[in-house]
Amino acid sequence: MNPNLKRLRRSMMFLNCQKPSLIKDPYVYKPDSIMLDLEDAVAEKEKDAARYSLFHALREIDYRGVERVVRINGLDTDLWREDIRCSVAGGCDAIRIPKTETPEDVRRVEEAVEAAEEEFHVEKGRTLIMAALESARGVMNAFDICKASPRLFGIALSGGDYTKDLQTTISGTGVELMGARQHMIIAARAAGVQCFDTVYTNLNDMEGFRRDVETIHMMGFDGKSIINPRQIPIVHEIFTPKPKDIIFAEKVVREIDTKKAQGIGVFTVDGKMIDIAFYDGAKRTLALARASGVYKGDL
Amino acid sequence: MEIKKAAVAGTLESSDCMVTVEPGEGEITLDLDSAVIRQYGKQIRKVIGETLKRLDVTSAKVTVVDKGALDCTIKARVECAVYRSADVRDGLPWGGVIV
Repeated sequence: MNPNLKRLRRSMMFLNCQKPSLIKDPYVYKPDSIMLDLEDAVAEKEKDAARYSLFHALREIDYRGVERVVRINGLDTDLWREDIRCSVAGGCDAIRIPKTETPEDVRRVEEAVEAAEEEFHVEKGRTLIMAALESARGVMNAFDICKASPRLFGIALSGGDYTKDLQTTISGTGVELMGARQHMIIAARAAGVQCFDTVYTNLNDMEGFRRDVETIHMMGFDGKSIINPRQIPIVHEIFTPKPKDIIFAEKVVREIDTKKAQGIGVFTVDGKMIDIAFYDGAKRTLALARASGVYKGDL
Repeated sequence: MEIKKAAVAGTLESSDCMVTVEPGEGEITLDLDSAVIRQYGKQIRKVIGETLKRLDVTSAKVTVVDKGALDCTIKARVECAVYRSADVRDGLPWGGVIV
C-alpha cells in the first residue's frame, strides 16, 4: 500500500501552471499539498505551454516535502491523457480528476496512470488519485467513486460547478453546500478515504473564511482547497489539535490501556466518562498532532 | 527537428521569458534580451543552446526576451515554441529529449 494514502492534507493550494512565478516556490508558504492546475486556470491556447512548465517544475524544483497533485483536464476533452503522461513522467504524487461523476471515470484515469507509470518507468502504484465531485450526479455517486480504485486517497467538493448544477449560487453561508458536504464526508468515511472541502473565493472576508473552515472541521473533513497563501495559517490553526486536546488524548489512551489490563471497561478522565469507544478518536488526535509537528510523544 | 514556421511561447511577465523561433538559414542565431544579462547571460545562452541541441534543432532564428526566468522555465518555453512550430501537441517524449 502506498504510505502516502493517509498523509496530512489540511491545506491543498491551487496554483496555475501557466504562471511560472506561481509554481516556482510555493513551498515557502508551507501548504500540505499544492494542486498544480492544468484545467480551468489555464487558457485554452496555453494548455500545451502549461504542460512543459509543469514537467520541468516537477523534475527540477525541490518542493521540500509538499505533496504535488496535478489537476488534469476533464475526461470530456482530448487533453487529459497527455496531461497524465506529462505528470507521471515528471514524477507527480497524485492526479486530481475534475468533474468526476462515476466510478468508471476513476477507472479510466487509473488505467492511463498505470500505462504512464509503465511507459516512464515509475514505480507501480506510486501515483495516487483524488476525485473532485462537481455535480449532483457526482455527489450522489460519492461512495462508489470512493471505492473505485486502491489509488484513490480522497474526494473533494468543487462548490462552484456543484451549485451551478443545483441551480443555486454560493451564498457565503454554506447552506447550499450542506447536503453535499454531509453526504460526501459520510461516503468518504464509509469507504475509508479522505474528504476535502471546496475553495472559499472571497479573499476580503477572512472572518467568513474562518467560520467556513471551522464548520467543515466540525463536520469531519480532512482539509480544505485554498486559493491564496493567506488562507493557510487559518486552516492549519483550526485543523491542528490544541495542546489541551493532545494532553487529554494522551490520558485517554494511557488510561484505556491500563484499565483494560485491569478488567475495567468504563471510568472517568478529567471528569468525563470514557470507554473503549473513545480509543480510536484519541489515537487519531495524536496521529494528526504528530503529523502536524506539534506532538513528539510515544503514543 | 525542423523549424517549419514561426512560433512563440511564454510571456513578458516576471519570472517568465518569451521565446520566438523562426526558420533559420542553416545555423542557430540567438538574440537574447535580459535584465540580468550581465550576471546570467552566459547561463541563459547555455540552457537555450542545450535545449535546442537535445531537440535536434540545427537551423533556427531564436529570439528570447527574459524577465528573470529560472532555467526550468527557459527550457519549457524553448521546447514549447519548437514543438508549436512543428505542430506537435501529443505523444511528446517526456523524459526523453524533454528532460
